[in-house]
Amino acid sequence: MEQLLNDFSPGLFFMQALILVILLFLMIKFAWKPIMNSLTEREEGIQNALDQAENARKEMQNLQADNERLLKEARAERDAMMKEAREIKDKIVADAKEEASSEAGKMIENAKATIKQEQQAAISELKKKVSELSISIAEKVVKKDLASNSDQLKLVEGMLEDVTLN
Amino acid sequence: MFTFARKFRDHNPIFRKGMMIARISIKFLTIFTLVFTPFTVFAGEGEKSSDKGGEINTPTSIKEYIKHHLADSHDFSLYSYTNDEGEREHIGFPLPVIVWTSKGLKTFMSSSFHHNDDGHIVVEKGGVKLAKIHSKIYELDEDATEVSFDEDHHATNAHKVLDFSITKSVFGMLFAGFLMLLGFGSLARGYKKGAIPTGVGRVLEPLVLYVRDEIARPNIGEKHYRKFMGFLLTVFFFIWILNLLGLTPLGFNVTGQIAVTVCLALFTFIIVQFSGNKDYWKHIFWMPGVPVVMKIILAPIEVLGMFTKPFSLLIRLFANMTAGHFVVMSLIALMITLKNQFGAVGSTGLSLVLALFISVIEILVAFLQAFIFTMLSSLFIGMAVEEHDHDHAHDAEGHGAEDNAII
Repeated sequence: MEQLLNDFSPGLFFMQALILVILLFLMIKFAWKPIMNSLTEREEGIQNALDQAENARKEMQNLQADNERLLKEARAERDAMMKEAREIKDKIVADAKEEASSEAGKMIENAKATIKQEQQAAISELKKKVSELSISIAEKVVKKDLASNSDQLKLVEGMLEDVTLN
Repeated sequence: MFTFARKFRDHNPIFRKGMMIARISIKFLTIFTLVFTPFTVFAGEGEKSSDKGGEINTPTSIKEYIKHHLADSHDFSLYSYTNDEGEREHIGFPLPVIVWTSKGLKTFMSSSFHHNDDGHIVVEKGGVKLAKIHSKIYELDEDATEVSFDEDHHATNAHKVLDFSITKSVFGMLFAGFLMLLGFGSLARGYKKGAIPTGVGRVLEPLVLYVRDEIARPNIGEKHYRKFMGFLLTVFFFIWILNLLGLTPLGFNVTGQIAVTVCLALFTFIIVQFSGNKDYWKHIFWMPGVPVVMKIILAPIEVLGMFTKPFSLLIRLFANMTAGHFVVMSLIALMITLKNQFGAVGSTGLSLVLALFISVIEILVAFLQAFIFTMLSSLFIGMAVEEHDHDHAHDAEGHGAEDNAII
């Protein structure tokens, strides 16, 4: 210990302290500060670049997922539209068919009605004619003063011959 | 001529690049010249200042030599040899001596002592007589003309002075600081050109990242670590570079100087105490979660702990580096001490293999000690800034302890 104390040189201690203080100052100012700052800056730069790459990758994934979703949606929409169109077509055809048949039915009905009407008209015409004929026959019969049965019969027969039932 | 050169340079892009390289080489040359001019001058002086004998070839002289090496020195000697006239030559360069004496600040070059280290050469400077004894500068009393020693070889008529000299250790620290500023300064400037460093920065950046991610972050925590990075990085590279310099034949032993490690540990101590939050002080003086009696017993122990932590730091670094130098030098000395037993070749071979082995370990130790010093510093800082969540104190602390144990 005495040897150590004897070896201890206060002057050297002072010089060392002085040199260390100056060296610390110079090194911090001219070396460590710029070096540490550059290192931090570089590391942050690398970290940022990595983060950005990661973000870009994620975005890309998102974009792809979006694309897929959109595609799927579009496909579904197309399918839906086609289905709808088919339905519409079927409906239109069915409607057309129904309308046509109902129209035809109506026409037939009308025709039937017209025929019936015509028939009625013909019958009533006939009836009218018959009644007119009957009346005229009766008139003639009345007018001729039917003397005998035979004459009357001749007359009727003659009359009937006149009437052509067609 | 310079204006012409500049004009030429500015107008010629190819030449401009060439000039830049040239300028760097010129810069380097200037530094080189500045460093080694005194060296040659001093080598010349060596002839005059040589003392006879002094070859290191006995166990006692080796012991002295190792002791001398482990201590700080006032001149930078690279090697010594005995010339043809039998004089001892020292090759190296002197360093400035700056001392605070009873008559104020005195400065002169260490060459004035002519490598004398036992107080026989007295330098007179502005009315003060100075002598160097075992790498320490002594001021002689007014009336004394030479140093007299008692039987323990302690000077009786001289006293130590405050020595602010640029000693070998100070020179080493300045050199390490210079290297750090150069290397990390260029790394810092490199980031202005691009996020990826080039050249020497490629080697330095992982080291900075290592200190940040393996030492500071896990020990101090994500929230506070940034504040202490400057200190931790500086201390880590300072210690590491100085440890490594100590392994070179230049023979620095800076981190083996107790004054240096004391200073480093003191900085850690001050930083820990000043960054300590309320919880830190509470855990020292009034430990929560234990009975009052225990609180009273624990307080002095914790206060003692405040000081033992940095003390362990300074002793660990000092002891490891001193021991490392001692072992390496002793193994090299085997070459001489075992010469009689194994012969010249045998002892040299043995010494080479062992010294090489220990040197490799020392390279590891150089890093390890820097790492441990920084690691423990950040651990102590981490303890001081840790935020305890008292609502779930036990759970959180339990987990915290586990984390530290894993690291």
